[in-house]
Amino acid sequence: MAVNKNSNGYTFLFSTVMVVVVGAALAITSQSLKPLQTKNDADKKRIDILGAIQVKATRENAAQMFDQYVVERVAINYNGDVLNTKSGAIDATDKNDPFNVDIQKEYRADVKKIVKESGKNQEEMAKRLAAAPVSFPLFKCNKDGEVLYVIPVVGTGLWGPIWGYVALKDDKQTIYGAKFDHKTETPGLGAEIKESFFQEKFENKTLNTSSETVFSVVKGGAPTNEHSVDGITGGTVTSKGVDEMINRTLKVYIKYFESVNNQRAQR
Amino acid sequence: MSEVQEAIVEKKSEPLFSKKNRKLISDPLNDSNPITVQVLGICSALAITVQVQQAVIMSLSVLFVLIGGNIIISLMRNGIPDRIRIIVQLVIVAALVIIVNEVLKAFLPDISEKLSVFVGLIITNCIIMGRLEAFALANKPGPSFLDAIGNGLGYAWILLAVSVVREIFGSGAISFPGMGQVKFLPEGWFIGNGGFYENNNMMILPPMALVVVGVIIWIQRSRNTKLIESH
Repeated sequence: MAVNKNSNGYTFLFSTVMVVVVGAALAITSQSLKPLQTKNDADKKRIDILGAIQVKATRENAAQMFDQYVVERVAINYNGDVLNTKSGAIDATDKNDPFNVDIQKEYRADVKKIVKESGKNQEEMAKRLAAAPVSFPLFKCNKDGEVLYVIPVVGTGLWGPIWGYVALKDDKQTIYGAKFDHKTETPGLGAEIKESFFQEKFENKTLNTSSETVFSVVKGGAPTNEHSVDGITGGTVTSKGVDEMINRTLKVYIKYFESVNNQRAQR
Repeated sequence: MSEVQEAIVEKKSEPLFSKKNRKLISDPLNDSNPITVQVLGICSALAITVQVQQAVIMSLSVLFVLIGGNIIISLMRNGIPDRIRIIVQLVIVAALVIIVNEVLKAFLPDISEKLSVFVGLIITNCIIMGRLEAFALANKPGPSFLDAIGNGLGYAWILLAVSVVREIFGSGAISFPGMGQVKFLPEGWFIGNGGFYENNNMMILPPMALVVVGVIIWIQRSRNTKLIESH
């Protein structure tokens, strides 16, 4: 071959062909595996939601168990007004379905910045969050005749995102169960929020609906009361992240629960 | 000139499993082990050896990327412009790794979640780029394939050895892909149940992986004295 492999023309040609071939191969792989991946993500979400009401599901029976326990899916806005209500089968393509609201994406896009910039200024944060395009899903469950409310929460730990689900009892104040997960917290320290010993501490604690601080995760070892739990020793930043996300998110739902109660009282 | 010479060499070419080619597989398992001798790919060896099943999946992923990369680069070796060869290698490796990641996400979501960023980090695993640059770029696909298997297995057995030690002492169990964690110690042995045994939490933390790798290197060198450098 008389091609000069070191010429600019050849190098350009080679790179162009390579990029096109590799790009096409990746696009085909990604597209053909997408349906499976979406299903896996949705199943994981169902397992986590069920985990908050202490129902153990597996990937195989997640969809069926979810339909069995979760009776209604509601999306509300920051002021606690209902945006959408759905029940029955989940349509994965329906963007209005509260189940399909990607709160982690919303958090990354808007909420995170607002929280960071507002700092301790609660008023400013409330004003800006109300204006932001975020919605808050709520899952009404029925477990053995008991009505439970599962609230997804999302926030930031030390290294990356943390998230979880908090289940409230029928009185909308007592925590039935909580489930947290993280992406990259330190194993043995912050990552412990994933462990049952930490999550069990939340059970039967109550929300302080009349106060600015709805619920708190206090520094490891400090005394706790009915509105707080012990944080993780050595995982202070992650514990604070849990505290922040629970407070910020649950406040919105308390507004919703109040308006529901008021409507009932008026009737 | 090279074409003629190559043709001659090709005619004389040896069978795939000649003595020299067999060494391509056996050497990396011991004398030139990528982790313990060349000290490449250490980062993933430290990070994902908490559980055996993660180590198995990681090893298989690295093996796949290494074999794929070695063969592709070896096939393309006469066409790759010298000036951009590292970029070409990187693109091939990155593409293979993304494919592995996507496949894991689709078929083994739980394990993919545990491996998280480390699958992506296979791209930066020095073993892979090292083999592509040092071997595949100058050899035919056959030997390159064997070289990939050898190095992949050399990486895999260290990972397995480390993860077995860490999981047994750290969690009192061994996990196999598809079976979950198998606890083989009787529950009564654990201190929480009034027994005498407690899991060593330090085993789960990354520094202990380094210590375990160190111990393996020590044992290997005491048995294979030619690895000991003279100072």
